[in-house]
Amino acid sequence: MQALTNRSKVVVKKEMSFLERIYLPAILGGVVITIKHLFKKSATVRYPEKKREISQIWRGQHTLKRDEKGAERCTACGLCAVACPAEAITMTAAERVKGEENLYREEKYASTYEINMLRCIFCGLCEEACPKEAIFLTDRIVTTDYARGEFIYGKDKLVEPVDARVDVTPRQTAAVLEFKTQKQFSHNK
Amino acid sequence: MPTLNLFYFLSFVAVLSALLVVFSKNPMHSVLYLIITFFAIGGHYLLMNAEFLFVVHIIVYAGAIMVLFLYVIMLLNLNQESEPHKSTVLKFAATICGGLLLLILVAAFKGADQLPAAATEHTVGYVKSLGMVLFTEYLLPFEITSVLLLAAMVGAVMLGKPERLNKG
Amino acid sequence: MISSFLIYKTILVVAVFAITLFVAAYSTYAERKVAAFLQDRVGPDRAGPFGMFQPLADGLKFMMKEEIIPDSANRFLFILGPSIAMLTALMAGVVIPWGNTLVINGESYTLQIAELNIGILYVFAVVSIGVYGIMIGGWASNNKFSLLGAIRASAQMISYEIAMGLSIIALVITTGTLSLREISLLQAGGVGSDWNFWNVLYQPVGFIIFLICAFAECNRTPFDLPECETELVGGYHTEYSSMKLALYLFAEYVNMFISSAVISILYFGGFNFPFMNDLGLDQNTITILGTVFFFAKITFFIFFFMWIRWTIPRFRYDQLMNLGWKALIPLAVINIFITGLVMILTSK
Repeated sequence: MQALTNRSKVVVKKEMSFLERIYLPAILGGVVITIKHLFKKSATVRYPEKKREISQIWRGQHTLKRDEKGAERCTACGLCAVACPAEAITMTAAERVKGEENLYREEKYASTYEINMLRCIFCGLCEEACPKEAIFLTDRIVTTDYARGEFIYGKDKLVEPVDARVDVTPRQTAAVLEFKTQKQFSHNK
Repeated sequence: MPTLNLFYFLSFVAVLSALLVVFSKNPMHSVLYLIITFFAIGGHYLLMNAEFLFVVHIIVYAGAIMVLFLYVIMLLNLNQESEPHKSTVLKFAATICGGLLLLILVAAFKGADQLPAAATEHTVGYVKSLGMVLFTEYLLPFEITSVLLLAAMVGAVMLGKPERLNKG
Repeated sequence: MISSFLIYKTILVVAVFAITLFVAAYSTYAERKVAAFLQDRVGPDRAGPFGMFQPLADGLKFMMKEEIIPDSANRFLFILGPSIAMLTALMAGVVIPWGNTLVINGESYTLQIAELNIGILYVFAVVSIGVYGIMIGGWASNNKFSLLGAIRASAQMISYEIAMGLSIIALVITTGTLSLREISLLQAGGVGSDWNFWNVLYQPVGFIIFLICAFAECNRTPFDLPECETELVGGYHTEYSSMKLALYLFAEYVNMFISSAVISILYFGGFNFPFMNDLGLDQNTITILGTVFFFAKITFFIFFFMWIRWTIPRFRYDQLMNLGWKALIPLAVINIFITGLVMILTSK
C-alpha cells in the first residue's frame, strides 16, 4: 500500500537493548525536552483583558435584523431551517394583524424563532439562504452558561434591539450584495 | 521519678492495647491496637537509652510487618460471619500451647534480675557498641538467625512461584 | 539557662513548622506554575501579582467546602487517616539540620531541633509510619477504589523502602555515621581547603537509587499509582473532601520538601557550599549563607520532583514492582558490596 505521507513509520517490536531497558537515557531525553519548553514563549492569551484578533467576517452569534423603520425583516419562510445542516433552527409562523405594520415588515412573521446554540456549527448557511436579509452572523461570541436550556436562544436574544442596532456591514460583501440585486430576487427590496 | 511514671504509663498502654488486640471483634482494630502496643514497647526501649533498638523496632515491626498484616486483612475482608468456626479440640490445643508458652516465658524471666549492670549503660543503644556486641559476642546466634530468615525467604519464594500449567 | 534553652528550641520548632507549611503551600503553587511553564502555558495568575495568593485562595476554598463523611465509613479511622499522614510528614523535620551553629553572645545555637545519633533511621521510621495514614484512610472509606489505592500504596512503599534502606547503608559505610548533622559536616569545605567532596561523588549509584525511591515514597509521578486517576478515580482519597483532603494533598508536599532536604543532606552537602572556608567569612555569616544554600538546594530538588512529574508518564503496576524488586534492590546490594570492598581496601 502506498503511504499517504512520508511521515509514516514501520513499527517493529524488537528486543530492547540494555540502554533502552534501563530507561534512564530515555528519561534524560524527555527531561531535556521539557526543560527546553520552560524557556519557550507561552501560547496563552489572557482572555478578558486581551482578545485574540478575529477575522473581518467572523461567524459568531446570530442576529435577526430589523429594517430601516424598525420592523422585523423575518417572514418565517423557513429557508434557514431547511438550509441548516445542524438542524438548529426552529420557528413558528404567525399572521400579522392590523396595527402591527410597524412591528413586522411582511404579512407573515415568526412568532417564535429559536436557535439551539449547542447544535449550531456557525457555518453561515442560514445567512446565505435568507431571502429577506433578516438573519446574519455577527462578531459576538456565544457566552457560556450553566444549563443546557439556556443555550436555546429565542427572539428575545436574537432580534436586534431597536435602540442598539447590530452592525453587520462586514458580512455584506460585494458578491452577496450583487447576488441579491438580481431580478428574480426583486422581492427583497 | 518522671522516668518511673513514664514507665508505668507506657506499660499500662502496652498491656491495655495488647488486651484489646485479643478482645476486639474487628481484625482491623486488632492490628491497629497491636501497632499501639509496639509503640508503647518502643517507648520502653527509649527509656533504656536504646535509641537504635527503638527505631529499628518501629521500622521493622510497625513500619513493615504490621503494614503487611493490614494489607492481608484488607484483602481478606474478614468479618464475623465469614470467620470459620473453630472446633473445641482446636481451642483446647491452643489453650495448652499458650499456657506452655507462658510457662517458658515466666521461667526465662525469673532470672532477669541477674542481668549484668552493664546492660543499662548509657552507650547501650549506640550503634557502635551494639554492632561490637552483635558481631563478636553474639556472632553465632546472629548468623543462625540470618540463616533462619534466609530459609524463610526461600520458602516464601517457593510458595509464591506460579505453578506450572502443564503439571500433572 | 534552662529557660533560654527552652525559648531557643521553641523558636526553632515554630520556625521549622512555619517554614515547612509555607514551603508546602507554595509548592502547590509552584507545581502548577512549573507544570504550566513546561507546557507553554501561564499557570495561575489571577490571585494577586503572578497569582502569588493562589495557595491562600486554595486553602480558603478547602476550608469552606462541605465536609462529607460517607455513611458506611468508619468514622474514627476516617478522620485518623489524614491526621497520621500530616503528623508523620511534619515529624521528619525534627532531625533535619537546617544550618550550622550560630554564635550569639558567646553562646552557640545549633539550627537543628534535635540531634539524634541515628537521625537518618529516625527519618526512615517516620516515613515507614506514614504509610498508615494512607492505608487507614483508604480502608476506612469503605470504597473499593480507596481500598485498591491504599493497597497499592502500602505495597509500593514497603517495596521501595527496602531499596532505599539499602542505598543508605552504602552511604553509611562511607561516612561511618547515622547522624544527619555529622553527615553534613563531613562534606564541609567542598573544593577548597579540606578537599571534601559531596557524597554524590562517592555514591552516584546510591544517589540514583535513593532518588528513585524518594519519588516512590512520596507517591510522585511516575510512581503515583495510589492515586492513579485513570484507574482509581482518586485512589485512597476518593471519599475525602474539604480539609481532610487538603491534609492528604498537603502531606504529599511536606513529604516532598522533607525528602528534598534529606537528599540535599545525604548527597549534596546539606548546609555546606563550595569554598565556604576559603572566603574568610566569620562563623555566623557562613552559617546563614549555608542555610540559604541549603534552601536553594531544597528548592532545586522540589523543582526536580515537579520537572520529572511533567515529563514521565505513570508506570504500570507490574513495571513498578519489577523495577523495585528486580532492579533497584539487587543494584543496591551490589552497591553495598562494592562500597564495603573499596572501604576495606583503602582503609589500610
